[in-house]
Amino acid sequence: MSSIATNEKIPNNVDLTSDKRLQRALEEWQPRFVDWWKEMGPEGFQEDQIYLRTAVSVSPDGWAHFDYVKMPDYRWGIFLTDPIKDRTIGFGDHYGKPVWQQIPGEHRNALRRLIVTQGDTEPASVEQQRLLGLTCPSLYDLRNLFQVNVEEGRHLWAMVYLLHTYFGRDGREEADGLLDRRSGADDKPRILGAFNEPCQDWLSFFMFTYFTDRDGKYQLLALSESSFDPLARTTRFMLTEEAHHMFVGETGVLRVLDRTCELMAQDPNQDARAQGGIDLPTIQRYLNRWYSVSLDLFGGEVSSNAANFFAGGLKGRAKEDRYEDHIALDQTMTLTMVKDGRLVDEAVPMRNAMNEVLRGEYIEDSQRGVDKWNRLLAERGVNFALTLPSSRFHRQSGIYAGIHFDPAGKIITEAEFNAHKNEWLPSPEDEAYVKSLMTKPVFEPGKMANWIAPPKHGIKGRPIEFEYVKRSE
Amino acid sequence: MADTVTPHGQEPIRFETHPSRYKHWKLAVDGAVARLSMDIDEDGGLRPGYPLKLNSYDLGVDIELADAIQRLRFEHPAVKTLVVQSGKDRVFCSGANIYMLGMSTHPFKVNFCKYTNETRLGLEELSAEGGVKTLCAVNGPCAGGGYELALACDEIYLSDDGSSAVSLPEVPLLAVLPGTGGLTRLVDKRKVRRDLADVFCTLAEGIRGPRAAQWNLVDKVVPRSKFVATVDAHVQTLVAQSTRVSDWEGLVLEPLGATYRSDGADYRHVTLQIDQAAHVARITVRAPTTDTPTGATALREQGNALWALRAFRELDDALLNLRFNHETIGLLLLETEGDPAKVLSSDAAMFASRDDGFVHEVLLFQRRVLKRLDQSARSIFAFVREGSCFVGSLFELSLAADRTYHRDDPDAESPATVQLSALNGGAFLMSNGLSRLQTRFLHDPERPAKLLAECSIYDARAAEKVGLVTLAPDAIDWDDEVRLAIEERASISPDALTGMEASLRYAGPETLETKIFGRLSAWQNWIFTRPNSTGPRGALTMYGQPERPEFDWRRT
Ligand SMILES: [Fe+2]
Ligand SMILES: [Fe+2]
Repeated sequence: MSSIATNEKIPNNVDLTSDKRLQRALEEWQPRFVDWWKEMGPEGFQEDQIYLRTAVSVSPDGWAHFDYVKMPDYRWGIFLTDPIKDRTIGFGDHYGKPVWQQIPGEHRNALRRLIVTQGDTEPASVEQQRLLGLTCPSLYDLRNLFQVNVEEGRHLWAMVYLLHTYFGRDGREEADGLLDRRSGADDKPRILGAFNEPCQDWLSFFMFTYFTDRDGKYQLLALSESSFDPLARTTRFMLTEEAHHMFVGETGVLRVLDRTCELMAQDPNQDARAQGGIDLPTIQRYLNRWYSVSLDLFGGEVSSNAANFFAGGLKGRAKEDRYEDHIALDQTMTLTMVKDGRLVDEAVPMRNAMNEVLRGEYIEDSQRGVDKWNRLLAERGVNFALTLPSSRFHRQSGIYAGIHFDPAGKIITEAEFNAHKNEWLPSPEDEAYVKSLMTKPVFEPGKMANWIAPPKHGIKGRPIEFEYVKRSE
Repeated sequence: MADTVTPHGQEPIRFETHPSRYKHWKLAVDGAVARLSMDIDEDGGLRPGYPLKLNSYDLGVDIELADAIQRLRFEHPAVKTLVVQSGKDRVFCSGANIYMLGMSTHPFKVNFCKYTNETRLGLEELSAEGGVKTLCAVNGPCAGGGYELALACDEIYLSDDGSSAVSLPEVPLLAVLPGTGGLTRLVDKRKVRRDLADVFCTLAEGIRGPRAAQWNLVDKVVPRSKFVATVDAHVQTLVAQSTRVSDWEGLVLEPLGATYRSDGADYRHVTLQIDQAAHVARITVRAPTTDTPTGATALREQGNALWALRAFRELDDALLNLRFNHETIGLLLLETEGDPAKVLSSDAAMFASRDDGFVHEVLLFQRRVLKRLDQSARSIFAFVREGSCFVGSLFELSLAADRTYHRDDPDAESPATVQLSALNGGAFLMSNGLSRLQTRFLHDPERPAKLLAECSIYDARAAEKVGLVTLAPDAIDWDDEVRLAIEERASISPDALTGMEASLRYAGPETLETKIFGRLSAWQNWIFTRPNSTGPRGALTMYGQPERPEFDWRRT
C-alpha cells in the first residue's frame, strides 16, 4: 500500500516529496486555488467551523477523518487508489496489453480534453451552488452542502494533479484555466452548458446531486476503466466521495416528499402548497428538468469521439468486466432515430453508441431512487408516482435536440410543446414559489424548514441536533 | 432531350442561385456594411446521406457563398466592408463535411476543393482589387475549411470564451491536407512561423485564446462580452479604409436562362456541346452582334445584356457544368464565332472605361472566368478558322489553351485571323501575376508590348511566325490534322495529362495562388488517393467508424 503523507502542505499518497518539480508546481497552484475558493466558494460561511470529513487515505475502512474545520483551511489532498498489480487494458484495440503509466503521445490531446472536461465540472458545481447556504433548511443540510462543495474542490485537485504530472506546460495552463473560467460568466463560461446554469434553490440542489452528480458517477466509472492507469486510480477514489453526493440528493428529495405527504394530510384539500410545502407536480417538473439536463451531459447518441475513446482504450463502459465482448467491434446497438418526423429504429455500430450505452446504465440507476421515492408515497397512501421522462424529452444536444417530444417520448409540434411546457417543466411561477419558501436560513440546531422533513440519522453517529456548522459571529 | 441526369446517373449540379433560394447563408446589407452569416441547413445537402452538422459544408454551400460574393460585387457597390460570421450560436464552421468527402469520388473531391479555392481567392480579390475590406468574426469552434475561409479574409477576430478555437485538424484526424489553401495562407499570407504552424497543424483541437493572436493565427482575441461591440467598432474603421468606387447604382444579376441538354447546354452567346463517346467537349463563344457603345454610362445601361458580362457569365457556367457534370470529358475544344470587329468594339469600350466601378467589376469577373479556364483539368485546344473571332478578350481563350490550331487558307472568302486588343495587355492576369501574353513569351519579355503596339491583324502564317498560335495547318491538311490531334490527345492517360498541363500552364513566377493550386493538385490529390487516407483502413474512410485507421508506415 502506498505511503500517506498527511502532514505535507498537500496531503497525498503519491509520494509528492520525491518529485520536487511537481511538488513546487502544485504548491504554486495551491494558493491560487484557495483564492478561487474564497472568491467563488460558498458565500458567507468561509469563517465558520464546519463538521466535515476529510480524505486521509484510500483504505476502504476509515479513509476519512471527521472534524470541525474552516473551509478555506480544508486539507484538499491527492489520493489515488492503490495500483492493481499487472493490470491490463480491459477494452478496445489494445485489449490485454499492460496499462499505461505514462501517456502515449497518440492519445495525449484526447486524454487532456477528457480530463479538462471532467475537471471543469468540479469547480463549476461549487460556483453554481455558492449562494445556497444563505437559504439552508437546516444546519444538517448546510453541512452536507459544504461537504459536497469541498469534495468537488478535491476532485478538482485530483484532475489538476494529472494535468500537472503528465501534460507538461499545456497541462499547467489547463490547470490555470480551470480556475479562470466561471460558471455562467459571459466571457469565460464553464465548458459544459449544464454547468453554467445557477442552482437557485434547494429542490434544485437535491435534484442536481441526485441526477447531475450521478452523471459524474458514470463518467468516473467509465474513466476508471481507462488504460491510463493514473486516471483510472484517481477516478476510482473519487467515486467513493461521489456516493455521498448522490446520497444527499436521494435523501433530500425523499425528505421533501415525506414532508409534502405530511402537509397534504394536514390540509383539507390535500394541498401541500396551502401548507407551505412543495406540491408533487412541481417536484415532478423539477425532476424533468434536471434529469433531461443531466442526460445531455453524456454526449451524442452516435459519436465518433466515443468510438475513438473506446477504441483507444481511453474511456470504457461502466464496470467493463461485466461485459463479455471487450472489443465491441462486431456488435451494434439499436437506437431510436428521428427520420422525416417519425421514430425509426436503426442499428448503430456499438463503439459509436458508447455514450448511449453509458446513458442507458445511468437511466437504470436513476430509476432505483425514483422507485424508493414512490415506495414512500405509496406508504403514505398518496396516489401519485414520480416518473423519469423519456430520454428524448427536452434534450438540448444529441439526436433529439431541436425536436419536440412529450415526456412519454412522442413527437409533438412546437406549439403543442409550448402549450404544455408549464405542465412539464418548472414555470417561472413554480420557481418563484419554491424560492419564496427559501428566503431565510435555518441555523437552529435540529430545526428544519417547513418544507422538508428531518433526516433519519445524523452524520457519523452524531444526533440530528448536532451543531454541524458553528457560526463564527 | 431534357437534361435531368448526368451520364453517371446523378442529378446534375447547377451553379446559378439567388439569395431568395439560399439554404445556408444569409446576406444582409446595411449601408456600407454587408454581413454574410453561415447558418447551414443540416438537411440541405446537395446529395443525400450526410447531414451537414455543426455548420459543415458541401459544394451546395459553397455555390451559395460564391453567388453571394458575386452579388456583393455587382448588386451592392455601396458595400465597403464584408463581415463573415456564423449564424449559429455555438459553432462558427467545422469545415467541409467529412462524410460527404468520404462518400465522394476522387474527381469530385478534387473539383470540390478547386471550386472552394476559386471562391476563397475571389473573396481575396474582392478585397485586393475590389477595395472591399473583409473581416471574419469567429465565435465558436472554427475548424478546417472553416478556418480556411477565415484565412481568406483580410482580418480575423476570435472570441475568447474558452471554447472558440481555430484549427486545421486534417492531418492528425483525417490523414489528408487542408484542401483550401490553409497551409499556404498560414505561412505565406499570415506569415505564421513555420515551426509554430507545424505544431498548430498537428493539434486537432486547435488553438484558442490569446495564444491564437500571439501566433498570428488571428488578428485579435476579444473577450466574449465585448466581441460584438469590438467587431462593430472595427467594421467602421474598415469602412473608412475601403477604396471601393461606390458611385454607381449596382446591377441586379438576372438568371442566365440556359437550356440544359444531356449532351450540352445552350446560352445566348455560348454553346456547350458534349461528345460523350469521344470524351470531347466543344465550347463555342459568339461575338456581340452589334457595336458596343462607349462611355461608362452607356455600358452601365447595357447592364445584364452587356456582352462582356453576359458571355463570360455563360462561359463560367458552361465550364462548371463541364467540370462537375461531365467528369469523363478529357478534351475541351474552344471555338469562337462572329464578327471580330464587334469583339474589338466591346474591348475598346471596356478598356476606355476601365476605371469605372461597374466596368472594373466586369473586367475582374472576366479575369476570374479565364482563370477558371486555366484551372480546368482538361486538355484545351483552340481552333481558329473561317468565321471565328479570336481577337482581344476572346483571344485570351486561345492563349489559355494548351495548343491553338490556326487554319491557313488564303483562298477562303475571309481567311481566319487573330488580333490583340488593349485588354490583352494586363486586364486578365493569370494566377502567376502575369498576363497570358507575358506567360507565353517568357523567353522574350519585350515581345508582348511590341505586339500590342503593332496592333496587327495576323493570318495563320503570321500568327504562327510571331508565336501567337501553335500550328497553322493548311486547308488540305486541316481535317486530318485536327482529327489526329483530337484522337491522339484522347488516347493519353488523363492523369498524366492533368499533371503535365498544370505544370506547363503556369510558367513564370510562383504566387500565393499558384502555390495553392499547385500544392492542391500535387500533394492533396496524391494523398487523397493513398491508402492511408482513402484505402479500406484509411483515416478518411474510417472516420466516424468504430475502428481506427491503419497506416502504411513507409515514407514516400
Ligand atoms: Fe465531483
Ligand atoms: Fe459530486
